[in-house]
Amino acid sequence: MYPANYRYTKDHEWIQLDGSIGTIGITDYAQQELGDVVFVEVPKPGATVKPGQSFGTVESVKAVSEIFSPVSGEVTETNPLLADAPETINKDPHKSAWLIKVKLADPKEVSALMDATAYEAYVAEKAKEH
Amino acid sequence: MNTKVTDVEAPAPSQVRKVRQHVNQNEGLIFEHSLPGKRGMELPPLDVPAVDPVKELGAAFTRGSVEGFPEVSEIEVIRHFTRLSTWNYAIDLGMYPLGSCTMKYNPRVNEYVARLDGLATEHPEQPVELSQGCLRILYDLKQCLLEITGMDAATLQPAAGAQGELAGLLMIRAYHESRGDARRTVLIPDSAHGTNPASVVIAGYEVKNIKSNDRGQIDTDHLREFCTPDVAALMLTNPSTLGVFEERIAEISDILHERGALLYMDGANMNALAGVTRPGDFGVDVMHLNLHKTFSTPHGGGGPGAGPVMVKKILEPFLPAPVVMRKDNGTYALDHNRPQSVGRVRAFVGNFGVLLRALAYTLAYGPGIRQVTEDAVLNANYIRKNLEGLFDLPYDLPSMHEVVFSDAKQKAHGVNTMDIAKRLIDYGFHPYTTAFPLIVPGAMMIEPTESESREELDMFIDAMKSIAAEAESNPELVKTAPHSTRVGRLDEVAAARKPILRWKP
Amino acid sequence: MRYLPKSPSERTEMLADIGVKSIDELFVSIPEKFRLTKPLNLPGPLSESEIIRYFQDRAAENTRGYTSFLGAGVYQHLRSVVPDALIQRGEFLTSYTPYQAEYAQGTLTAIFEFQTLMCQLTGQEVANASMYDGSTALTEAILMTERVTGRHSVLIARSVHPEYRQVAHTYAKNLGLEVEEIGFTESGQLDRSKLTKEKLSKVAAVVVQSPNFFGVLEDIPALAESAHAHGALLVTATTEAVSLGIVKPPAEADIVAMEGQAFGIPPSYGGPYVGVIATRDKFVRQMPGRLAGQTTDSEGRRGFVLTLATREQHIRREKATSNICTNEALYALAATIHLCLIGKEGIREQAHQNLSKARFAQAELLKIPGVKLAFSGATFNEFTLEFPRSVKLLNAALLKEKIIGPYTLGVHYPELTKRGVVCVTETIPRAEIERFAATVRTTLEQPI
Repeated sequence: MYPANYRYTKDHEWIQLDGSIGTIGITDYAQQELGDVVFVEVPKPGATVKPGQSFGTVESVKAVSEIFSPVSGEVTETNPLLADAPETINKDPHKSAWLIKVKLADPKEVSALMDATAYEAYVAEKAKEH
Repeated sequence: MNTKVTDVEAPAPSQVRKVRQHVNQNEGLIFEHSLPGKRGMELPPLDVPAVDPVKELGAAFTRGSVEGFPEVSEIEVIRHFTRLSTWNYAIDLGMYPLGSCTMKYNPRVNEYVARLDGLATEHPEQPVELSQGCLRILYDLKQCLLEITGMDAATLQPAAGAQGELAGLLMIRAYHESRGDARRTVLIPDSAHGTNPASVVIAGYEVKNIKSNDRGQIDTDHLREFCTPDVAALMLTNPSTLGVFEERIAEISDILHERGALLYMDGANMNALAGVTRPGDFGVDVMHLNLHKTFSTPHGGGGPGAGPVMVKKILEPFLPAPVVMRKDNGTYALDHNRPQSVGRVRAFVGNFGVLLRALAYTLAYGPGIRQVTEDAVLNANYIRKNLEGLFDLPYDLPSMHEVVFSDAKQKAHGVNTMDIAKRLIDYGFHPYTTAFPLIVPGAMMIEPTESESREELDMFIDAMKSIAAEAESNPELVKTAPHSTRVGRLDEVAAARKPILRWKP
Repeated sequence: MRYLPKSPSERTEMLADIGVKSIDELFVSIPEKFRLTKPLNLPGPLSESEIIRYFQDRAAENTRGYTSFLGAGVYQHLRSVVPDALIQRGEFLTSYTPYQAEYAQGTLTAIFEFQTLMCQLTGQEVANASMYDGSTALTEAILMTERVTGRHSVLIARSVHPEYRQVAHTYAKNLGLEVEEIGFTESGQLDRSKLTKEKLSKVAAVVVQSPNFFGVLEDIPALAESAHAHGALLVTATTEAVSLGIVKPPAEADIVAMEGQAFGIPPSYGGPYVGVIATRDKFVRQMPGRLAGQTTDSEGRRGFVLTLATREQHIRREKATSNICTNEALYALAATIHLCLIGKEGIREQAHQNLSKARFAQAELLKIPGVKLAFSGATFNEFTLEFPRSVKLLNAALLKEKIIGPYTLGVHYPELTKRGVVCVTETIPRAEIERFAATVRTTLEQPI
């Protein structure tokens, strides 16, 4: 379910590293909690992101979720699909619905994040709370 | 017509007093009836020479006609809007159990007096000597509201509760600044209505959320800890959005005042208090009232409202200007000479037409307004007693004018609060408030108000009992409700993804 | 009591059903020291006829039998009885905000029609379901420009309604938003020489009113161009909505704030009115207030819902675009009905009548020695005159003849005590205009 080579945050973002470029999105758990996504707001290329800071929002009809950056860096690309097809986040959250690509200031930051096994355990705990 | 009505286990026909049919008119938009040359209103002929607009204004300032504007006859306008009206539920048809909305009867005499020649016709900038009647209405209302709330001074300017909240917060801010003690945050319980934190931000403060305790009330130990020197005020709804009176209100007020902070009360739930207790007596420094809730002014599909703000003496200098006053010689005036005023929150003196209606309501009851509160609390408790056991009661505390259940029992069958609410429509009732307050997952917030007869309450109780049974025996029926309305559940996702916000030819 | 549907026996039975002996037991959660033991000291109770008598007495204490030439943000226009008849239907008057769409399609459909009419009138792409009034609509529009541009100051014309500017200042000063006022020229329009490149590059918006408080029309396209050239937005306010029947709409503006009172809503001593915000599609998510959107149900039937609610306070709470909850739905409905009645032809005819009557009055008044036109810019139904004595004195004399004279500019523009704004709408008969001019003439012939 959760790609093995990704890393995950407690706020349900994932990041996939390719050299010093990280691709960031939200997880399947997050999209399920949100419901049908109607709108996505992300910063423009050139903007800086910092760990733990909100860089955008994902909206459903009845709720808005902030998206927090797992790393520091500069936004290089945003996903052109999401403006017209925000529902992609519900259909394919881990691949085609990536939100932004970031040039990492410090690639080591990623190792502090959860791996897939840890994240799955974390999500299982959360599900029990409901 | 939505033809998915199935084998509904309705109450026996002899018991059904209310019949609600949605007229299937397939009425289009007014623009879809429009054709050139039709007119709905004629003007008297021009009695001065007609001018040439292009010559007078210049071609650059002149427009042709308004593209797409409707052209219909008077009868088509009457039919169109009359048909539209039949697709609405209304207090005049039956109970609205919406929590904290106080959907009470809107007395018709209020509509009559608001329309009187000499009241509806007055211009807010006309001379004060020729506005004595209007000013006296405002003054008399103010005096009544001060007596009911136990406060010292008031502004009638704010156009609604949210604007009242803002005005109150601005006064709190001005107060602290006048004492050289500018503070930064306002405490808000997690059970608060969304306008509270939104208003705090617009007033230039930061929100600090304070968790309710396991009784859904302010945890006073927590409050002591949270009420640091940078806290300007606590914004409290009392009774809370759970319909429960803050039993430790005296302690709460003391904690705040000891630390130089003020107590703001959101008066949305005043229908539980009027005539029985007074916020000014239990330590409130500033509060707003929602006249379109407690004071019977009509909701009209979403407004207008009015949100007067009542204050203690310490905040009086900061009231929005002008303030309605009575001079020593008995005449009425607008006092603009208020150097410490926070300023205006809107143009002119206030929603006069709404304020007028609230006065008419208050005059109808006089001191008997206590009976309103007693009946409101009686009705809520009657509903609670008859539905306890069938629906989960998350906080087993005395309810005042509203009761909050949750969908926990029905969730076991996959039925949630929204489903139950939609099914209630098939029984001829408007839904209660779903999913609020936020501290109760699956909340069902029910406020009958004093305007409901025992008959109506019994029908509501029967409907809820029936739905509880359906949730177990036939959950699909509930989950796909409503079945009896002109349209079924509407696709809100599509509406938000690709918004269509106007008609185009 | 006639509003309470209970007999005493029902109350007794219900208390027994609940399991308490008296109603007081249901109030024990209120600490005893706070429970009132005496009735409140309030006037009443009054029967229906006594209530009517009270208000009739108040009505008699106002302006019976006076002719008024006041505009200044609130306008006396023709109203059909039809809107009142319709909005008094219980299904409109006593219904709630349409959060439960299936049970409120009447309200939602009418809101959708209102939004459409406002777009058609203003030349903008989207309009919301109403704001409290024009003054708060303008302030909210200003706050919108801050969100859109990320800049924290605006330039506002002094010729914007003084009370509208006061409201903007009240909100702005707590939000760290700077509001700088820009003066006017002899034309009565905004002094564009003050719109320097330095200023425009720093501000979120330039804010004007058209027709402005002096009655003068602003050059919207030119102002839009100046603002846009330096990354600022143009916000326009309209207080006299009837002007849009004949005056070119502010289509080049980025946000339009309007007061809709002129569309069949009585002056009612200051409210309730109906505010409007209209803007471009690209700014829709920054708009405050409710929006009705079109959609379908599962069988494909067209219906309407409140949409884009994540902007609003009940979801976004402290991050909402505004704190507004209740708006002016009933009066938006009244305005909608009025506009459907008066229609495409009528709104133009009404505006034309206003223009013609105002020009007639202006001509009559300018014949009086010493009376001059104060500003040279084009006007609609309000115009500013300069008199040889203070307007306050003039008006005192006019009142004796049961005429409420021009708005005294000296109240808010201390340098203009001899200037007054005259408003003439289609409701003022020619004979009254002539009587007004004659009375001004005679008054000015007397020594002070």
